[in-house]
Amino acid sequence: MSILDKFIRDLTAGRIRVIDLTQTLSPEFPQISLPPEMGQAWPFRIEEVSRYDERGPAWYWNNFSCGEHTGTHFDAPVHWVSGKDLPQNATDSIAPQRFIGPACVLDCSREAAADADFLLTVKWIKGWEKKHGRIPPLAWVLMRTDWSKRSADPLEYQNYDETGQHTPGPDTDAVNFLVGERDLLGFGTESIGTDAGQAYHLRPPYPCHYYLHGAGRYGLQCLTNLDQLPPTGAVVVAAPLKIRNGSGSPLRVLALTESK
Amino acid sequence: MLEKPKRKNPVLRTRLPTLPPAARSRVALGLTAAAALGRFELQQCRDCAMVQYPPREACQQCLSVHLPWRPQPGEGELLSSTVLHHSNDLFFRERLPWRLGLVHLDSGPTVVAHLHGGVPPAPARVRVAARLDRAGQAVLVALPEKETSSMADDRQLREFTCDPRLRKVLVTDGKTATGQALVQALAAAGAELIWVGYAEPWKKFPGFDELNRVSQATLLPLDVTDSKNVRELAAEIGGKVDIVVNNAEHHRAFGISNRSGVEAARAEMDVNYFGLLRLAQEFGPAMRLRGADGLANAVAWVNVLSIYALANFPPHGTAAHSLAQCLRAEMRPAGVRVVNVFPGPIDDEWNQLVPPPKLAAVALANAIVGALRDGIEDVYPGDVAQEWLARWRDNPKALERELS
Repeated sequence: MSILDKFIRDLTAGRIRVIDLTQTLSPEFPQISLPPEMGQAWPFRIEEVSRYDERGPAWYWNNFSCGEHTGTHFDAPVHWVSGKDLPQNATDSIAPQRFIGPACVLDCSREAAADADFLLTVKWIKGWEKKHGRIPPLAWVLMRTDWSKRSADPLEYQNYDETGQHTPGPDTDAVNFLVGERDLLGFGTESIGTDAGQAYHLRPPYPCHYYLHGAGRYGLQCLTNLDQLPPTGAVVVAAPLKIRNGSGSPLRVLALTESK
Repeated sequence: MLEKPKRKNPVLRTRLPTLPPAARSRVALGLTAAAALGRFELQQCRDCAMVQYPPREACQQCLSVHLPWRPQPGEGELLSSTVLHHSNDLFFRERLPWRLGLVHLDSGPTVVAHLHGGVPPAPARVRVAARLDRAGQAVLVALPEKETSSMADDRQLREFTCDPRLRKVLVTDGKTATGQALVQALAAAGAELIWVGYAEPWKKFPGFDELNRVSQATLLPLDVTDSKNVRELAAEIGGKVDIVVNNAEHHRAFGISNRSGVEAARAEMDVNYFGLLRLAQEFGPAMRLRGADGLANAVAWVNVLSIYALANFPPHGTAAHSLAQCLRAEMRPAGVRVVNVFPGPIDDEWNQLVPPPKLAAVALANAIVGALRDGIEDVYPGDVAQEWLARWRDNPKALERELS
């Protein structure tokens, strides 16, 4: 039996589970918001073309609009100034095998519940490796915070106050460690942004975007269901839309896990 | 004194709106044009100075055809009055008894006027004003000589106005200073219920807590760029809203070369034009059916536009103005009054660098409530707007140059 035959057989038999790590695209789902004088990403919007009616008798369909960075989405290296001149840095030019990789799920949910501004550190990651083993090369490192459970309430999910957004993310050293010493494929979070809400005040501003994309790695944001993944052993498939020179795209992120 | 109307008996049919006679000659529309601005104007002969009534093509004294419209003080004497107990007109049949009178204006002519309930039997001094009736045409109303506190509550007068008292109002954007001033002004004017929309609910905005303290106000998420949101809100409250005040506005680009790309312009169109279109498509049908519901002249729609619309600036403002005109034309057959407001620069965040004089949000809000009360259709609040209106009437081309 070929590997793929076995894969399909295991999938059909339920020995491999498929877990959807994607938030539903809807107009209510909050989008990234920048200071109002800056350019803004479109939120998801949907308009009916016809619904079995005089506009089209037998069919229902919609037009939708959104930004490249709306909903659960992929960040390509070209998204950030540090990655703008890299080869294969956009959604259409990244080699497709790089959309698939093993997942390491770093469960920071307790820390994030205690402190919305929690920053993931090198020490924390090394502590995780002691328990679950060294992060392999070209892994999707997913920071589980359970932040996705707040998404029903946009106010809680965005978590703004007068000093800006408060959501967890990695600190500068943690990003450099994952890129330089663990050769990760990409970094994923449950909040809007791979960087923490207050990361504008870190050095450099938005270090995860800066170093991750500067090294040609990818970002995944607004993930959900990370609590259904094991710390290691899952495989993540995260293929963005093939937009010419796209800086990112909404996408369906799937995780494959082996049933116990 | 006006009292809260009884709840409608739900087993009875909801009556359809009717309109008073709407036909006017072209020259008589001059009366309507002035009344739309809250002014009472009659033709006055340029050659012999005789004031004309009713409007006509040639002076009834010297046959001159030079009859420009001139503001009238409106003071006069009620000569006689009568009460209609029968009418073959559908609109008046439903509103009998109806009181009418003949008023001899101090400026000369004798006019037929609807009588406010506070006008005593003839002979009596009165003030005549022009009002738009529910068909959108000018009629003359005789008011008591002296203003009284509850004058606006008069049953006949309310047929010509949209006083927010005891009405249910939707203000589409509570995030702005204008929106918040509107809520306060409407509450002070006695609105029974004020729904206040606010987009992007995760961004807590200045004034949120104060709005929540207004007992008549209910805050709810409303983003006019989201069709689903507008549709669902209309389904939820559309059957109850008496007055829509659309003040949702997005203004960033200032023309063509100030900002590269079309994104800012598109965002402006999405709020200012498509936002109004979404609101009109979703709230319009229910409001059109409500022309006969509850209180007299129950329904109105207010659009906050910009004085720049006079000179077709900026494109999104012109588009919104054009759509507001369509809305007015489509709403008029149902007796829904569409009030367009053309303020000069408002003293808000986005006009930081505009030098004074700027219109205070409170002044704008009071002007809107005042316009609803007085039955005005086109509102130019504040000195800047009034001046530009005068310049535009004098020479539109000159104003284009002055504004560009």
